Amino acid sequence: MPVTYIQAINQAMQEEMARDENVMLLGEDVGILGGAFKASEGLLERFGSERVLDTPISEALIVGAGVGLAIQGMRPILEMQFIDFIACGFDQIVNMAATLRYRHGGQTSCPIVIRGPCGAGVHGGVYHSQNPEAWFFHVPGLKVVAPATAHDAKGLLKAAIRDDDPVIYLEHKFLYRRIKEDLPEGDHVVPIGKAALRKEGRDLTVITYGSPVHAVMKAARDMASEVDIEVIDLRTLLPYDWKTIRESVTKTGKVLIIHEARLTGGIGGEIAARIAGDLFEYLDGPVMRLASKDTHNAFAGPMEEYIIPNQEKVTEAIRKLAAY
Amino acid sequence: MTEQKERELYFWLRLIREFEDRVSTLDRQGKIQGGVYSGKGQEAVVVGVCHALRSDDWIFPLHRDLGAFLVKGADPNRLMAQIFGRRDGFSKGKDSFLHGGDFSNCIFGATSMLGSTLPVAAGTAYKFKIKQEDRVAIAFFGEGASSRGDVHEAMNFAGIYKLPVVFLCENNFYAYSTPNELQFAVEDVASRAVGYGFKGDVCSGNDLNEVMKAARKAIERARTGDGPTFLECKTYRYHGHSEHDRATYRSEEELITWESRDPIERWEVYLEKRKYDIAAIKEEVGEKVKKIVDDAVAFAEASPVPEGPEAMEDLYATPITEG
Repeated sequence: MPVTYIQAINQAMQEEMARDENVMLLGEDVGILGGAFKASEGLLERFGSERVLDTPISEALIVGAGVGLAIQGMRPILEMQFIDFIACGFDQIVNMAATLRYRHGGQTSCPIVIRGPCGAGVHGGVYHSQNPEAWFFHVPGLKVVAPATAHDAKGLLKAAIRDDDPVIYLEHKFLYRRIKEDLPEGDHVVPIGKAALRKEGRDLTVITYGSPVHAVMKAARDMASEVDIEVIDLRTLLPYDWKTIRESVTKTGKVLIIHEARLTGGIGGEIAARIAGDLFEYLDGPVMRLASKDTHNAFAGPMEEYIIPNQEKVTEAIRKLAAY
Repeated sequence: MTEQKERELYFWLRLIREFEDRVSTLDRQGKIQGGVYSGKGQEAVVVGVCHALRSDDWIFPLHRDLGAFLVKGADPNRLMAQIFGRRDGFSKGKDSFLHGGDFSNCIFGATSMLGSTLPVAAGTAYKFKIKQEDRVAIAFFGEGASSRGDVHEAMNFAGIYKLPVVFLCENNFYAYSTPNELQFAVEDVASRAVGYGFKGDVCSGNDLNEVMKAARKAIERARTGDGPTFLECKTYRYHGHSEHDRATYRSEEELITWESRDPIERWEVYLEKRKYDIAAIKEEVGEKVKKIVDDAVAFAEASPVPEGPEAMEDLYATPITEG
């Protein structure tokens, strides 16, 4: 039976909590309500209130307590009701969780997963549309993942829960109920650090992740007669899969990086610089980027469309690169 | 209390004083890089609290709680190596002073974002509770850190779940240079406990007997399921915030007043009242602690200085491999 992206998240948590009694979930309204988006529906009933914990509105506490549980052998999943609220727990993530192992000289690890709904396209406005991955991409000690499919939503969450390092898991709320697919039977885990080659192609490479993966795939189909596009879905942003990027770019010689997070200071800049520095002799055109405009996530429909890299802009950017 | 225990407490007070004085001296001699935060004058707090703990209880010390490391069981040699930034320190040179905890003795490393360890202590206490372990977490913080949101979030959470945690406030009247009247509008920070639904208690942090009495009560409460306590110990640091701070924001008279309440001298008076041969005890303990600290310095100086590339180690439990 086809499973939606958000059902995949729910399944991953249920399966991991059933597999390991030290896995638990903390967050605002995750228990009685089952989560603001129902990601944790049914967990309280199945696993009880000690393991599925409705916390007070205290993001620093959620992350900090998660660290305190992790050092005692637990594997907490920490939900940010909207990923925008992660800013309230920022210090506990970058100064506490990310440094924990390092400043203790390897005496401990910090197996926590911080997950929450990110992304625009649903008229969420300034505080319900953000894509904060670049904040954490800059922090050593963290891992950052951003699934684009129900398959990866489930497999990456299971991998994140089993990982001994702190993982930021960004689930795109636009995808929650818009996509569904049949998932593999059994213990389905997607390894952290491995990109997915969504489509092979000869003419140019598009590197993307999260919600724009779907716009890029549609463009690849629609434009098949004019350009043969290779599509890389990074899936893991930190550490990103350089091997897959390198192999693709050395083959096609042209690369476009697309993300919904805003342009300046975004992950695309780092990857572009690496490609320009390491693969210069393979390039047949400029390393291009398409991202949200450098402003806040405006609420009103036309403004939101103006900001985000929608289907039209994706097609246009591909066409521009193909012309080189 | 047995004579053995009374003498043991004296040993800890003196060891901490000796250790911290030596660290200050080494700092002045330029042998230590980075910040040094002396807790001189506050020894009775960490001794009174940590001596009442079991080895499997967890402590979350402050940057000024070097003594807590020692009483909780940390190896003085490794602690000195940690302060020297050597490979045998708890951080293996990756961070300074008390930022590297000693997990083998259930000691969590301090941070510079004071108060940020309180949510962590609350999480640890939550685990003790749901796994029905009769262990206790002690979260140390200063009166300055009490202004931070993390402290409120942790206490509020601990109150809801009646967690086995003691919030141990060392009120030494100055947060760096900022006096209490510019930090909060209450007399006792512990009076806030009522807002979290648990007990608040205030004691003299310079009187070891008082600290022990209050700490035992708070720890017992936590261990038996009666929930958290906000225990405020009023004390004073003789030195500045760090060794580089000359503490010009406070008066000489104030320092002299507090020195007259010295926790170690008070304990000596107590031992004298118990009719022990205090002169002999002082001499014996003095020699003993000096040797421990001499050995620790020798160990630290002999410990290898980490190589540059070691800076890339211990970032991840599952290291990132490049394809």
